[in-house]
Amino acid sequence: MKSIFLALLAGVLSIASAQTIVIQNATVLTITKGTLKGSVVIKDGKILEVGEKVLVPPGAQVIDAGGQYLMPGIIDAHSHIAADSINEGSMSVSSMVGIEDVLDPEAIAIFRALAGGVTTANILHGSANAIGGKCLVIKTRWGKDTEGIKFEGAKPGIKFALGENPKRQGMATTQGTGRRGAADTSNLRYPGTRMGVEDVIRQAFTEAKQYQATWKDYEARKAKGETVIPPKRDLKLEPLVEILEGKRLVHAHCYRADEILMLLRVADDFGFKIKTLQHVLEGYKVAKEIAAHGAGASTFSDWWAYKVEAYDAIPYNAAVMVKKGVLVSLNSDDAELMRRLNTEAGKTVKYGGLTETEALSLITINPAKQLDIDNRVGSIEVGKDADLVLYDKHPLSTFAKVQKVMIDGTVYFDRDKDVSDRDQKQLRKKQLIEKEKQNQPQQKKGFAGGARRPA
Amino acid sequence: MRFLLTLLFASGLALAGTNDSFLIRGATVFPVTGPKVEGASLLVIDGKIAELGTKVTPPKGIKIIEGKGLSVYPGMIDSATEAGLSEISSVRETSDVSELGDFKPQLRAAVAVNPASEHIPVIRANGITSVMVMPGGGIIAGQAGLMHTDGWTWEEMLIRRGAAMVMLFPTLTPGFGGGAGGFGRAVGGTDARRTYERRIRLLKDYMESARRYQKAKAAAAAGFKTDLALEAMLPVLDRKVPLMITAQREAAIKDAVKWADQERVRIVIAGIRKPGATLADLKAKNIPVILPPTQALPLEEDDPYDQAFTLPNEVYKAGVKFAFGTFANQFSRNIPYQAGTAVGYGLPYEEALKAVTINPAEIWGVGDSIGSIEKGKWADIVVTNGDLLEVRTEVKKMFVKGKEVDVESKHTRLYKKYLARP
Repeated sequence: MKSIFLALLAGVLSIASAQTIVIQNATVLTITKGTLKGSVVIKDGKILEVGEKVLVPPGAQVIDAGGQYLMPGIIDAHSHIAADSINEGSMSVSSMVGIEDVLDPEAIAIFRALAGGVTTANILHGSANAIGGKCLVIKTRWGKDTEGIKFEGAKPGIKFALGENPKRQGMATTQGTGRRGAADTSNLRYPGTRMGVEDVIRQAFTEAKQYQATWKDYEARKAKGETVIPPKRDLKLEPLVEILEGKRLVHAHCYRADEILMLLRVADDFGFKIKTLQHVLEGYKVAKEIAAHGAGASTFSDWWAYKVEAYDAIPYNAAVMVKKGVLVSLNSDDAELMRRLNTEAGKTVKYGGLTETEALSLITINPAKQLDIDNRVGSIEVGKDADLVLYDKHPLSTFAKVQKVMIDGTVYFDRDKDVSDRDQKQLRKKQLIEKEKQNQPQQKKGFAGGARRPA
Repeated sequence: MRFLLTLLFASGLALAGTNDSFLIRGATVFPVTGPKVEGASLLVIDGKIAELGTKVTPPKGIKIIEGKGLSVYPGMIDSATEAGLSEISSVRETSDVSELGDFKPQLRAAVAVNPASEHIPVIRANGITSVMVMPGGGIIAGQAGLMHTDGWTWEEMLIRRGAAMVMLFPTLTPGFGGGAGGFGRAVGGTDARRTYERRIRLLKDYMESARRYQKAKAAAAAGFKTDLALEAMLPVLDRKVPLMITAQREAAIKDAVKWADQERVRIVIAGIRKPGATLADLKAKNIPVILPPTQALPLEEDDPYDQAFTLPNEVYKAGVKFAFGTFANQFSRNIPYQAGTAVGYGLPYEEALKAVTINPAEIWGVGDSIGSIEKGKWADIVVTNGDLLEVRTEVKKMFVKGKEVDVESKHTRLYKKYLARP
């Protein structure tokens, strides 16, 4: 019995020690605690120690990262990967729907984002509605199932949207009618203007306040021992009540300065906070007001002119907002751009003169704060999740490429292995195709023959 | 450093309004066609490169630009843009990219380039001195113009009017033959096949008409009437102007090359993504290619994640001549990073630099006047504070035909205005 116990214990110990990893000789960009040449010790998926000289625990796996750069995993505060659908566009308030229900852990975009150094992403509903669906924060744990890719414990969020996108379905179109002014007004959805967008949000929160009061009244009377019938649940208003109570984060898609200011004032009036303004391409025009409200801003590095509301977008947006005291991040909103957020951050060194640490903060600690997960990720600090990226050159350089990506202390991407496995994968693919080709006609024949046979 | 920049700025002010002659001294010069020269002096006289070396005696009274700590490159060329043709891509009224019809070789992109487009200074400020402006739509879309990113009118911007005839080669939709091994035919495959064959036939007929027109014209046949569209095809038939053919995948590239052989026309293949085994043939036939953004997703789900990053090196190793094109207004300014990304994935640095300077100049038939810092060429010059292909590098000064041009744009104006907001 004792020997079995010891053997078991030994087994446990060996697993535990196998989970201890030391990354040595790297240039460690901690983001929050400076940059050093040294090592990071990882145990049980967490960062145990960071230092110029560390003691290598016995049995630890050692990764020599000589000449390479280690930084925290990139956090993308705005993505639409890994979801089967994005926009519930049939109504202007779609807060009852959520990404959690349409998550696809097998989307190849997850792997590609991972290979680009992204370890955490905020998966958002689309921007067809003034108040959109619920978002979900994931980790790019490629190979895990739906539950396995969720960022456990991350605060829930919701998407809002202002401007051209939510009003699009409310704009009468003269296209195709062939007559000037003969607008097609069928199938229009309110709102059709920025005024209407404000109204939709105010209406929704007015309803949500009443709904909240109804429930508070019910809870109070129930607590007093009264026999009361519970109010009818409203799945559209529940998430809005969570916003009012600070339990759900608002991520609001916006472009123009006027609509940004409008939303901040609506939030002020109803007593809630906008956690982040997304895209916020004219944020530089109202940076003072954004900072005063305490909203974060998550923007593009240099996208512009793809639509009218993006015509005043400037690549200096991030830098101006940083200089005016706004908590800024850079996001991708795009499965392709998502793979090179490091050089997107690099552009802010050129456009607006941010320091290298400020630039890297835009894709690490700042988005972590914007998603309320900075206690877990976003910097290389003792106690945080071992979500790390190893680059061959400084990550802000055009020439840098990702070598390894680790999430919770497990290597999920290794470039050398990915490259060396390719021939084998090609061979396997060919074999499967051949097999399928051989199987197909046989199956068909068998099925048809079976159907003809009398019972 | 700051002092130096101030000095530079001050000297820039003093230069304004003078002629197109100057000397940059003490800079690191990358001529591209030769090794870099450190501590170099670069003499420009009347807009042309007059001398490059470490010992250049400046003519008396010439304006001198202090280049210590700075790098000098030839201006970059983006081989595929809509610059000046489209302002806000989602607003139809602001776009003049695609005309109606399948065959319109007579159309000239250059004449629809809006020299006051806000895009042009934005593109220019990142070191891009020339752009190929391409029309789109149909099968033969029209003539692409090679334009400088500076000029009061499109005429002043023009380097070469019909630098290429743009053609969108008919293809089968992916998933039918064009995809992996032709296995699992896509729904609607027969429709795609029919459309493809019809368009190939249309193209064959059109080329036939152009040849008959050419013969009729040469023979001064009775009743010969000028046809502007067919007339525009003559330089193509005479191999004076290349057809810039867009083709992404192996099957389409193979088709295009075979077609060009049959029609005896000169071609440049634009936008290749998965050339497969066609590269050796492109090399053998001296067909250059224009590479689309290295920042692109793989075409198929199971393609290597770095497919687009490694393609330029693959093309280089095959010995095929190549240049980069952004194929998008919005990202034209990012062409240095498109080239730089390929360097991270194996492309030799010098080759990346050539692919945005001398290679496109040669491909578009102006290799004797732009694309490198060589005696006698136009002084299309970019002065930076670091590596041209590096994302953090700033462009400090630019010259087009030896004339100093603004590196300010709508973006810098808005930046300064709102940074100063109280």
